Amino acid sequence: MEDLKLPEIDYGALLPMLILFGVACVGIIVEVTTPRRLRNTVQLSLAALGVIAAFVAVIAQHSTRTITIGGAVAVDGPTLFLQGALLVLGLVSLMLIGDRSLERGGPFVSQAAITVGSQKDVKQAGDQPGLTEVYPLTVFALGGMLLFVAANDLLTMFVALEVFSLPLYLLCALARRRRLLSQEAALKYFLLGSYASAFFLFGVALIYGFAGGISLGQVHEAVSNPQQSQILLYGGLALLAIGLLFKAALAPFHVWTPDVYQGAPTPITALMAACTKVAAFGALLRILYVAFDGVRWDFQPVLGTVAVLTMLVGAVLAVTQTDMKRLLAYSSIANAGYLLVGVLALNEEGLSSTMFYLVAYGFTVLAAFGIVTLVRDADGEATHLSRWAGLGRKSPLFAAVFTFILLAFAGIPLTSGFTSKFAVFGAAVEGGQTWLVIVGVLTSMLLAFPYLRVVVLLWLSEPGESTPTVSIPGFLTSAALAIGVIATFALGVVPAPLIDLTRDASQFVR
Amino acid sequence: MEYAPASGVLSGIWLLVAIPLASAAILLLLGKRADKWGHWLGVLAVAASFVLGLIFFISLADLEEGGRTAQQSLWDFIVVGNLHVDFGLLFDPLSGVFVLLITGVGSLIHIYAVGYMEHDPGRRRFFGYFNLFVAAMLLLVLGNNYVMLYFGWEGVGLASYLLISFWYTRPSAATAGKKAFLMNRVGDAGLAIGIFMLFAYLGTTQYDEVFNSVGGLSSTVTLILGILLLLGAAGKSGQFPLQAWLPDAMEGPTPVSALIHAATMVTAGVYLIARSNPIFSANQTLQVIVVSVGALTLLMGCIIGAAKDDIKRVLAWSTVSQIGYMFVGVGLGGGAYALAIIHLLAHGFFKANMFLGAGSVMHGMHDQVDIRRFGGLRKYMKWTWLTFATGWLAIIGIPPLSGYFSKEPIIAAAFERGDWTSWLFGLAALLGAGLTAFYMTRLFVLTFHGPERYTEDNKHPHESPYIMTVPLMILALGSIVAGGLMVWTDVPHWLEPVLGPEVEHEAVLSHSLITVLSLVVTVLGAGLAWAMFRNGTALEPQQAGVVVTAARRNLYTDAFNEAVFERPGIYLTRALVYLDNKGIDGLVNGIAAGVGGSSGRLRRLQTGFVRSYALSMLTGAVLVVGAFLAIQLGWLA
Repeated sequence: MEDLKLPEIDYGALLPMLILFGVACVGIIVEVTTPRRLRNTVQLSLAALGVIAAFVAVIAQHSTRTITIGGAVAVDGPTLFLQGALLVLGLVSLMLIGDRSLERGGPFVSQAAITVGSQKDVKQAGDQPGLTEVYPLTVFALGGMLLFVAANDLLTMFVALEVFSLPLYLLCALARRRRLLSQEAALKYFLLGSYASAFFLFGVALIYGFAGGISLGQVHEAVSNPQQSQILLYGGLALLAIGLLFKAALAPFHVWTPDVYQGAPTPITALMAACTKVAAFGALLRILYVAFDGVRWDFQPVLGTVAVLTMLVGAVLAVTQTDMKRLLAYSSIANAGYLLVGVLALNEEGLSSTMFYLVAYGFTVLAAFGIVTLVRDADGEATHLSRWAGLGRKSPLFAAVFTFILLAFAGIPLTSGFTSKFAVFGAAVEGGQTWLVIVGVLTSMLLAFPYLRVVVLLWLSEPGESTPTVSIPGFLTSAALAIGVIATFALGVVPAPLIDLTRDASQFVR
Repeated sequence: MEYAPASGVLSGIWLLVAIPLASAAILLLLGKRADKWGHWLGVLAVAASFVLGLIFFISLADLEEGGRTAQQSLWDFIVVGNLHVDFGLLFDPLSGVFVLLITGVGSLIHIYAVGYMEHDPGRRRFFGYFNLFVAAMLLLVLGNNYVMLYFGWEGVGLASYLLISFWYTRPSAATAGKKAFLMNRVGDAGLAIGIFMLFAYLGTTQYDEVFNSVGGLSSTVTLILGILLLLGAAGKSGQFPLQAWLPDAMEGPTPVSALIHAATMVTAGVYLIARSNPIFSANQTLQVIVVSVGALTLLMGCIIGAAKDDIKRVLAWSTVSQIGYMFVGVGLGGGAYALAIIHLLAHGFFKANMFLGAGSVMHGMHDQVDIRRFGGLRKYMKWTWLTFATGWLAIIGIPPLSGYFSKEPIIAAAFERGDWTSWLFGLAALLGAGLTAFYMTRLFVLTFHGPERYTEDNKHPHESPYIMTVPLMILALGSIVAGGLMVWTDVPHWLEPVLGPEVEHEAVLSHSLITVLSLVVTVLGAGLAWAMFRNGTALEPQQAGVVVTAARRNLYTDAFNEAVFERPGIYLTRALVYLDNKGIDGLVNGIAAGVGGSSGRLRRLQTGFVRSYALSMLTGAVLVVGAFLAIQLGWLA
């Protein structure tokens, strides 16, 4: 037996993740040591500082290109860019999660296990402060995502997948309002997520059988010089892909998305829509570009079909939605389709434009869900579309901001929705995937309908008796909204700096 | 051809456009706060541009002969693919004389307007639009490529529209503004397509690059290109078949008619053709078309002008007719380009003079415009009468006033084409001279001489204040000397680098004979009109013969437009609306219904049960794995 040698570890390169995991652990200690009165402030500050510190660490590492800790983690351009994006989007999500001004105690219930509607439940809903474990959980999830986009072998990737999924399952179940719906959503997400993880793990096993190793470099070697049956390779690739397609909410593995997005507390939905998408596509990019680019001609048509199906399902189903969160969920599914179009360009442009899209879309979707948290009545958020009728008359500023966000989703110029779609479609045409772009443009047209329907509803309908009020957002939500809207506008008008950044970062190490 | 970069004093040519533009912005944005001093700012801005223009003109003249150009590229305007358009300016002999005309005559008219618009509550707004016009017009003549020209072209169109409908509460003014706008669109569309063609065939819209490579185009392409540019020119300059808007444009305040619809904007078409002379000179057929348009329009303008009773409309039709002469000039090509430009400059003076004179008459006569209700005004308005008389003598071409030096050479040039068309165009131009003398004399005599035929409320005509008469005097001086001065200073030679050298042609009649003939027809026309109208005329239009009736109805061109364009247009619109409702909307609604229906059906798959979700994922997984394996097996086989 060989001597067990400790692998070399580049702590600097791992620092962002170490900071986040450390801060999350500290958060758990803080939870039991801090007086309840201060807990929320301390936890929020701690989490925010941790995320900012991790972001600074990412910036400090900006020129690092290395594979470390025994080949498990690759720190390269895409890793650092996506980690930075995750941290910025995560910080904005934290602002939404930390807002306590819209509802007493915040959107999270402190003891979710209490039977809904019982005496105890009424009491705890009335006077207790909300749950503060959400902050360590969020930071754990973010840490897992950071590892997920950096994972350079399949097992690390699997571990990271679980690290960021488990906190999300929990977070989904914690809604103060409509708790049963929230818990149902969490359970569905958990069951289906475990199911998808099983596919992924099985795929890892097959690939190990094929390549005799699990690091992406080894898989790349084996693909270009196969020693084993190709069935292992294709079976493994298919199963791996399924695991990732699930997280990225691509058809036909998207079925959980509307239910979970609707049931989860809205700030958590925002976190999932923005950050989970970045993480999932980051991993997908790495696997496809680093390990399997040797069989690109074989997976391109299959995944292309998946992209077409996703765009169609997202766009067509968005048309008849009556709930704002479900509408945004289907829009997010369709956007996952557009992202996959960018991924399948399989060239440097594809990589950089997909990364650009992830950031641009992340900001917009955060702002969108941030706005959803504002429209409230006595029962919490009023998400049914009919309730939004005529809101433009009552709160023109709010409606104008939301209209802008919807126009961004629809891809109207002067918004990041236009520049990012233009970038991925341009990359895909260059990569020879014109058929995907045609479907993409057609479905964008379809999607414009549900968005514009909401705009029409906001401005041209008469407000009714039951029209809810738009709450005045507190500082945190206002800041999150402002960041989202300004980023959406800025990336639509001067996209060049960020595009240049993605271009500089578009080189994987192997 | 190559343009030298602007250096020294000339690198400030952008100020010419920037100053009036800034002033317009101030006047229009400050609103009522600028009411007190706004008009003086407007005057000052144009005057500053004039002084600068003069300085630049002198520095240009100081440059070595043959190198008298100054090109300035301010910034990239449009960069898309192969299309690269600079926001660039060009100051050369041709744009130089235009700058002087626009800012010089413009300054005088601005000063006059201070008095004319004194009692109008919208005076600041008026000066804002007026400055905007000057800025756009300067951009038009100063651009160094066709896109810049088009930019200015649309700018003057906008300003013209705003100023024609300045009194927008009057339905007639609002309608006239709309008419001008729509008819200009027809021409503008032609110009735009022409510019597209330039880019498509030559890959550039830069003047120097276009003119250097235009020789390589096939004659058909040149012909189509030229016709499109001519359509644009005809729209802006009120030439056949797009002449109908110009007389209606007189609904605007009189200074507008003087500056925009007589002296400057309407000559933009002449500028366009003169600037594009390498394109127009490259095709014989094209030149014949331009001359024909000019000759036809000049006769139409004369005939209709002779039958109108509204003092401003007579002058407007006279403008149409005089621009016809300029089109004849630019169409003849060669040395006649310069003749057209000289006539344009001279016309700018005497027509502005007469329009302002008409404004002065209206000012003293409670806005009366019917010449049948004037008469004998000589007694009450000495200065207006005197200055108007110089304009009248200038336009009919009595030596040594400026019209003689500018119009008579065009008539002579028309006879010098060297084939049978010489007779056609030459006689048309000659006939036009006689008719011009007739209707201008009619206007002059009915207004200032003969018995007084005023309406009840107009018993006491009065002369206008000095702020209005002094510009008139200066313009009158210009009407007298401008033509002679331009011949004496050899303006054709000055313009030669831009317009090319003079080409000698075989004349069908000797030059001196033509001079004598044109003087004879002029005196005949004027004498006839004097004899007919010396003792005034009926107070109302009388029953008249076919020709006069037709002329009073604008030779039925409006009726023609209505029958040929408007009605079919309306029917086409209706048909398209029908098609849109039934066909396209049907298709769109059908697709929408299809999407909605399938959406509704697909929704049912989203049952909310984890088991069915898991099943659909399993199905998906089987399909994906199956697809991969199918590819793999197919690859093996």
